[in-house]
Amino acid sequence: MGAVAEVTDSTFDEVVLKSAKPVVVDFWADWCGPCKQVAPIIEELAQSHGDKVTFVKMDTNTNPVTPANNHVLGLPTIQVYVGGELVKAFKGAKTKSVLLNALEEYL
Amino acid sequence: MSTDTVRDVIIVGSGPAGYTAAVYAARANLKPLVFEGSITAGGALMTTTEVENFPGFAEGIMGPELMDQMRAQAERFGAELVTEDITEMDLTGDVKTVTDGYGNTYSARSVILAMGSAYRKLGLPNEERLSGHGVSWCATCDGFFFRDKDIAVVGGGDSAVEEATFLTRFAKSVTIVHRRERLRASKIMAARAHKDPKINFAWNSAVAEIHGEKSLTGITLTDTVTGEQRELPVAGLFIAIGHDPRSELIRGQVHLDGGGYVETDGKSTRTNLPGVFACGDLVDHTYRQAITAAGTGCSAALDAERYLADLDDAGSVLLAEHDSLLSAVN
Repeated sequence: MGAVAEVTDSTFDEVVLKSAKPVVVDFWADWCGPCKQVAPIIEELAQSHGDKVTFVKMDTNTNPVTPANNHVLGLPTIQVYVGGELVKAFKGAKTKSVLLNALEEYL
Repeated sequence: MSTDTVRDVIIVGSGPAGYTAAVYAARANLKPLVFEGSITAGGALMTTTEVENFPGFAEGIMGPELMDQMRAQAERFGAELVTEDITEMDLTGDVKTVTDGYGNTYSARSVILAMGSAYRKLGLPNEERLSGHGVSWCATCDGFFFRDKDIAVVGGGDSAVEEATFLTRFAKSVTIVHRRERLRASKIMAARAHKDPKINFAWNSAVAEIHGEKSLTGITLTDTVTGEQRELPVAGLFIAIGHDPRSELIRGQVHLDGGGYVETDGKSTRTNLPGVFACGDLVDHTYRQAITAAGTGCSAALDAERYLADLDDAGSVLLAEHDSLLSAVN
């Protein structure tokens, strides 16, 4: 398993909402071209900053409930959860530098 | 931070134009540094489905797959690919510099511009806020979320019709909203849409308002002839009203036409600045095809190669003159 673990509808509560650390969730799907560009960036961020922030990804193909509950209607979407609350969301692919800037306060 | 080496060529942008330029420049041993852009890496084809008209692929090929192949081909010959956006460019001097999102600068004797074009927006309130929440520019990315929903596609060209046709896989109904009373799309695409039982048309209609709190609930349409307004409840709104060249970063340095496209010298890819070449959708408001973008990407690499060869020739002439002067003095 890589540094970015898969999270599912059934583990979202435990892994994301109850996490002590901030959590970045990358919502993706195999048919989404831009998602393929985001995945390696999230992977790199997890490698370098995984100690401070947890990075997970959710396949929206097989997990319809969490995206619907959190108003995810477009991919890629990257959400940041702190203490069980959704605090930041990025819609569409973002550069590594943009994501790093946005996460700076947690690093 | 800046890197000291002055490279031969930097390519800004990817897609068929940037990657083809990279393949040619790499094979010419120019060791191109390519800034693919991380939002836009692979260009417009990354969000398309089947590409049926790229020569050599008799059975068609998926847009992202075609881009992966071009990218791998550029890498195979030694192109250095960076998935970052360029945020600043200074192209006026003999040595050109570009700055990435971290503030790192890179310099080169020539630059190939291949930034492509960006989706045009409607420019309505709520459009940005509800993007990713029902408003979308990418049917292949987001269509899945609208299973058994009523949705609308704005536009009347090939991309609008392609998106609408694709979206019928998921949606209960797709309404094509178009300002005129007939499609601008090619005949084969238009015929496909007209035959599709899930596709409806709202002719002579423009989107006036976008509604929704947490996600899209509907749009208000204005009749472009009578001015009458009506509500259309939809959960998804896909905007396909065209593209604008991504030329903001170079405005004021490189000559642009009224539409923001880079002006090039005759049939070449030369811009008004020596050593700066432009290709792909950034230049082309007429054809805008993957194959034409690849073609001009190739031209740009060849133009850059000749420009650099001329510089080197001029350099060796100067050096020779310098040497003969020196020997005359001694």
